[in-house]
Amino acid sequence: MNAQPPVQVDPENGNRLLLAGCWTLAEAGARQEALGRDWLGIDQIDAQKIERLDSAGALLLVQLLGRLKLELSQVSLSPAHEPLLAAVAAASQHEGIVPEAHSGLRNLLARVGETTIGLWLQTRLFLGFIGLTLSTLARSLLHPRRLRVTALVHHIEATSLDAVPLIAVLCFLIGAVVAFLGSTVLATYGATIFVVELVGLSFLREFGVLLTAIVVAGRTASAFTAQIGAMKSREEIDAIRTLGLDPIELLVLPRMLAMLIGVPLLTFLAMIAGIAGGMTVAALSLGITPEAFITRFHETVALRHFLLGLAKAPLFAVVISLIGCLEGFKVQGTAQSVGERTTSSVVQSIASVIVLDAMAAVFFMEMDW
Amino acid sequence: MIKSMPVHEPVIRIRGLENRFGAQVVHHDLSLDMQRGEILGVVGASGSGKSVLMRSILGLRRPQGGSIEALGHDVLAGSDAGHRVIERRTGVLFQDGALFSSLNVAENVAVPLKENHADLPSALRDELVELKVRLVGLPMTTCTKLPSQLSGGMRKRAGLARALVLDPELLFLDEPTAGLDPIGAAAFDQLLRTLQQAMGLSVFLITHDLDTLYAICDRVAVLAEGKVLTIGMLAQVQDYDHPWVHEYFHGPRSRAAQTARRGS
Repeated sequence: MNAQPPVQVDPENGNRLLLAGCWTLAEAGARQEALGRDWLGIDQIDAQKIERLDSAGALLLVQLLGRLKLELSQVSLSPAHEPLLAAVAAASQHEGIVPEAHSGLRNLLARVGETTIGLWLQTRLFLGFIGLTLSTLARSLLHPRRLRVTALVHHIEATSLDAVPLIAVLCFLIGAVVAFLGSTVLATYGATIFVVELVGLSFLREFGVLLTAIVVAGRTASAFTAQIGAMKSREEIDAIRTLGLDPIELLVLPRMLAMLIGVPLLTFLAMIAGIAGGMTVAALSLGITPEAFITRFHETVALRHFLLGLAKAPLFAVVISLIGCLEGFKVQGTAQSVGERTTSSVVQSIASVIVLDAMAAVFFMEMDW
Repeated sequence: MIKSMPVHEPVIRIRGLENRFGAQVVHHDLSLDMQRGEILGVVGASGSGKSVLMRSILGLRRPQGGSIEALGHDVLAGSDAGHRVIERRTGVLFQDGALFSSLNVAENVAVPLKENHADLPSALRDELVELKVRLVGLPMTTCTKLPSQLSGGMRKRAGLARALVLDPELLFLDEPTAGLDPIGAAAFDQLLRTLQQAMGLSVFLITHDLDTLYAICDRVAVLAEGKVLTIGMLAQVQDYDHPWVHEYFHGPRSRAAQTARRGS
């Protein structure tokens, strides 16, 4: 092929640079290296011998011109390559905005600040959303006909009725595990009968409502976010607004009310299932008959434990449903955003439920309930 | 590469293409030649198989029969080497840009470079990305933005920058001006013309936009009844005797576009 090196100073004219060969993306690295010298005294570039030129090669030429402070007219080029070089030169003219380089420490501080402010804004936004929903609820209660009964029933079915088998099986198994685990400890004191109190108290006060809330948070908060998020990204929410309807009334209230009705019922079911699990283990491996279990249960487990556990259910229902809906409203356009918001809503609702439950446990204990 | 092939050899040569979805026949015995360095406008009613044709040429869809040659390689032969050549030497702009939504614009444009030219010095790569972003007329501030933060027109330009970053010989555009305002669409047409001349591109352009046809296409192919009904200069194609062609080129919108063309 061509024996001429890609870059050389013209032997006949020391002020002229001769370029030849292929100047394309594949050779760009090597060509850049070959050009990386101070070409003192060069005021002409002869690029007519260049066989193939693409925009990467043209970029290198334009950069060379910039370094040597030469004009485009001081390059001679085969006519086929002229438009490309001109286009690249034109595009390279305006100065780009160089992004600021950040140090690692500064980035770290920025992220800490960003996250802190984000947490604060998120809390404020959530509190505002609760207020907005409650005031919408109050307005709807004044005009009961505006409550969407069909949507309400649909959501009760989807969020609660459909979750019944899952929660029943889950709580039955955990009740059995608690009874089994407790009995091994209690057996060393010969006090296996206390399994009744163990299972009864733990499920009535804590596990029934907590397990229900966690399952519902995973199942329903994500569904709410995805539903509302998809509507948001298809501009359906905007359509609702322009039709003079209230998205809170139309989308949030039925979901929240459905959860308010459904979660306490599910909690009750979870308690029954958990205690049944404990009772099964007691009957099968501890020798406590169901009759004895129930008699003992009546004697030692007070009604207030049941009420305390159940009292938390509506609170969790509101928190989970509103986090799910709010995250849905925060979706911005893309499919990725729907995914991010869904994850965030599950994480947030499970975390809030557990934190609230811990706070309630401390409060109840201090009150001696 | 321009010299590596005789000028008269077509960049795309399709013979007897068959495409069916179940019982529905999309293409039957379709043949098409596309010349090097031309902008070929492909028009046809919705559902006439324009996008299926493009996907077949790109190897994204395997047709039921026929032969497709692109850049001198047999697309349907299924050889990896042939596919890689076609992938490297073609650029595609999908309808909505098809930018990777988790990467910002600069990273999107850099993806083909990183994949195909891993040995390129990273400074040079950044400069090339910057050049392509400028060539398609985007301000440098968009480089750090995510696709979801851009308008539809900007997403298309960013998609074009990504399609052009390897300096392809053959560019596929699927309705590049759909959803753009008329000014944005005209600017996009102009941009395409400039880039096509500067980089010596051959452009396979699917469009519904009559203004685009009149403004930049060298030849027009009309897809109907499962084949290329007619192909040629716009003046010949629009007088072709077929009800759809007549309706398309002589309907009220077409007359408006032609009048506007003559007026400008």
